[in-house]
Amino acid sequence: MSEERTKAEDRRERVLPIAEARETGPDARSIDRRHALKVMALAAAAPGLASCGPGPGGEAGAAGASAGAGGIPAGGTPGQVTNPNARGDLWDPDLLSPVVPWQRTLEPGELESLAVLCDVILPADDRSPSASEVGAHDFIDEWVSAPYEALQEGGVLIRGGLVWLDREARTRFGNGAPSASVRFRDLTPAQQQAICDDICDPERAEGGPFEAPSLFFDRVRYLTLTAFWTTAEGMDDLQYIGNTPLTQWDPPPPEVLRHIGLA
Amino acid sequence: MSSRTQDSYDAIVVGSGAGGGMTAYVLACSGLRVLMLEAGRHYDPVAETPMFHLPRDAPLRGGGTRHKPFGFYDATVDGGWEVPGEPYSSAEGTDFRWWRARMLGGRTNHWGRISLRMGEYDFKPYSRDGLGFDWPLSYDDLAPWYDKTEALIGVYGSNEGLENTPNSSPGVLLPPPAPRAEELLTRHHCGDLGIPVIPAHLAILTRRLDAARIARTLWPGNALAQRVTEESMAARAACFYATPCGRGCSIKANFQTPTVLLPPALATGNLDIITDAMVREVTIDARGQAAGVHYIDRNTRLDEHAGARVVVLAASACESARILLNSKSSLHPDGLGNGSGLVGKYIMDTVGAGVGGQIPALENMPPHNADGASAMHLYMPWWLYQEQAGGQLDFARGYHIEFGGGRRMPGFGFMGGLAELTGGSYGQRLKDECRRYYGSFLWFDGRGEMIPNEDSFCEIDPEGVDRWGIPTLRFNWKWSSHELNQARHMQHTFADIIQAMGGRVTSDVHDDGARAIAAPGVIIHEVGGAMMGDDPRTSVLNQFCQSWEVDNLFVTDGGCFVSNADKNPTLSILALAWRASDYIAEQLRTRSL
Ligand SMILES: Cc1cc2nc3c(=O)[nH]c(=O)nc-3n(C[C@H](O)[C@H](O)[C@H](O)COP(=O)(O)OP(=O)(O)OC[C@H]3O[C@@H](n4cnc5c(N)ncnc54)[C@H](O)[C@@H]3O)c2cc1C
Ligand code: SF4
Repeated sequence: MSEERTKAEDRRERVLPIAEARETGPDARSIDRRHALKVMALAAAAPGLASCGPGPGGEAGAAGASAGAGGIPAGGTPGQVTNPNARGDLWDPDLLSPVVPWQRTLEPGELESLAVLCDVILPADDRSPSASEVGAHDFIDEWVSAPYEALQEGGVLIRGGLVWLDREARTRFGNGAPSASVRFRDLTPAQQQAICDDICDPERAEGGPFEAPSLFFDRVRYLTLTAFWTTAEGMDDLQYIGNTPLTQWDPPPPEVLRHIGLA
Repeated sequence: MSSRTQDSYDAIVVGSGAGGGMTAYVLACSGLRVLMLEAGRHYDPVAETPMFHLPRDAPLRGGGTRHKPFGFYDATVDGGWEVPGEPYSSAEGTDFRWWRARMLGGRTNHWGRISLRMGEYDFKPYSRDGLGFDWPLSYDDLAPWYDKTEALIGVYGSNEGLENTPNSSPGVLLPPPAPRAEELLTRHHCGDLGIPVIPAHLAILTRRLDAARIARTLWPGNALAQRVTEESMAARAACFYATPCGRGCSIKANFQTPTVLLPPALATGNLDIITDAMVREVTIDARGQAAGVHYIDRNTRLDEHAGARVVVLAASACESARILLNSKSSLHPDGLGNGSGLVGKYIMDTVGAGVGGQIPALENMPPHNADGASAMHLYMPWWLYQEQAGGQLDFARGYHIEFGGGRRMPGFGFMGGLAELTGGSYGQRLKDECRRYYGSFLWFDGRGEMIPNEDSFCEIDPEGVDRWGIPTLRFNWKWSSHELNQARHMQHTFADIIQAMGGRVTSDVHDDGARAIAAPGVIIHEVGGAMMGDDPRTSVLNQFCQSWEVDNLFVTDGGCFVSNADKNPTLSILALAWRASDYIAEQLRTRSL
């Protein structure tokens, strides 16, 4: 792989969500601060924006000299740290017994809406369950709650977007009903699709009224894809084979060579 | 880890990465008493590597963060683009990125293991095209140490006899692993474009090393060195073709100094290692010779001193330059060994540019194991030497191509860009498309030679100090048109390959090289800053990495590099460090030092 798998792959995939100011991954545009703010403005009613995540305390603490500072607990279950050399903070976590050392921040109602959207993005079928059945919405909660500025901006985008979805549901399908009675999650699949069709393609939406919501949708889709396919169910569905020790390495099997025309 | 057993040592080695690890190994095997000082924490790949851990068990599914830029499981401790409490700066207009790690073994714990020899042209670039500088040694001078290094660490690859792409001596390389499907398909189509695709060279054991034979060959007449080398080699398993190498390798099948070089060095009984020891400066005696080093104990925050007959810096290229520049005295007012004024000057990175593609022929691939040795099995060496010599290209030096893709384990970002290709799909369609497209994406990365220039250097930042009170570095950078044109050429070539494969290009291809090229430092091959040469006025070190002015001071990391060929630097750092260490041992034995 390219230099190494680590480097090239990280640049285009893994570094992407963090996107420190200087990072320009292929999707950097989707977490552009300008767009995030736009969505926030659209959904002025989004709750608790100022309180998402543990805030800069976590980062500052972790960057300091001592372990466990700034409210970041040491890695592993207390007394069960499997790597005695690791300090257990964000710079030097216990890789052998990983923990997510930050609190989740989404409200139960938000998670419910998110779960519905995740399933619109990746529904169940005969090969595997739906995204929410394997916890995609919980993963998104973990992601938006992480002590990283870019991810928390993503959280603004997502939380704001969820409110926008409900408002859009009401506007289109509410028949003048009072505010809380029609939500995106209560719509019929056809109605949900009608909204999603307008916001599913950021390229098409660019410059139009759905530009900001399309970035919200794109981000949720990105995270749902990661969340779903990295689970046991997702990996089985893809028929990923590997991560298992072999005594020797063989050339690709004949059916593979035939498939690429090199048999 | 703290095991100082002597008051004074024959040699102090600063840093435990590629350069320091090799230096300590060779000196200890040569019977010298060595003290290694490493700024980072103790690190043990056997006990600490999360070999089979899955992305789903890690925070953010293992995705990169500020603290772990290359992913949660990546074997980087206290490092990445930032080191906590140890900042650096860039001059106006420069966006240099400096990757460091603070751990025993340094960056060899998470490096890419690509191990290519520099060729005969690469040692004499100035003589060939009038740009840059020649090395004070030739390929033939270094070739025996390339052989020894490859035999010691274990490198897979093949001898193809291609121009400026040296063969190893017979029996040195390990057999390369069979290519994966996407690698075969790429090779097939590159044939039509005249681009050679050959087995890559990586520091990974595709079979167990023949420990007794190799140890005897490497150390004729040295029973101690033979014993420790054989024992440590025999404890290394062969790769089992699973688990990403960037996490490190608990079975010791890839090259990391804490599994390959430090165990035999420690087994000699001649090496003591102090970790958490951040070296600030080299101290001198009344004659201006090196006396030892001052370091800060990171745990007590107290200043300590260690003395030795010889001081070897191997803290990584720019970090060693920093130590030299910070070692100021009335005898050496501009820093130690800096009479030429060249310390910190002519630093180089590798030119990098990449392009991705989606290849329909790889869609709906029958399921099969494509993990392999986690890294690439094939690569493309530079192939346009004739065109370049004939003046047909607008850049003077070459690049090689690293590539990969295929049916790898899904991790963070998996299929993240798919909706862009499929018009924003979601729902059942998206799910089906993920299945169809899985394994059909390829990525090509160019790795090219940068020509050293006066505007690319590091210096002490007059305003910067780290948390140990040590003045920090400021970087300055400029690319020349050679690098920018080369980066453009890379991207267009990769687009051609993708199209030849019937694929579609999925990332930007720029006509402006400045937009194609990766930011300086990003390829993490920084070298130079203490260049070697054969004239004290125009170089910092001689060809044995010895300071011209301070006889008992050496720099055995990438600092000594005079050019930065497209070949990734670490194998050359290792070979040069071994050669320099043989020289140090000889000089100490004959009391010339
Ligand atoms: C992700 C990645 C992939 C790479 N892939 C490849 C590849 O495929 N092929 C290749 O050839 N190269 C590759 N490299 C580059 C390779 O890692 C370096 O060339 C190599 O490690 C350099 O060795 P070194 O000894 O100079 O420095 P390092 O390995 O960085 O070691 C230096 C050590 O010195 C210590 N140190 C620093 N300052 C001080 C101080 N003041 N006091 C005491 N100790 C100090 C550091 O903590 C560190 O442990 C890659 C690098 C990275 C990060
Ligand atoms: S791929 Fe092989 S060498 Fe690399 S970590 Fe896994 S077993 Fe070790």
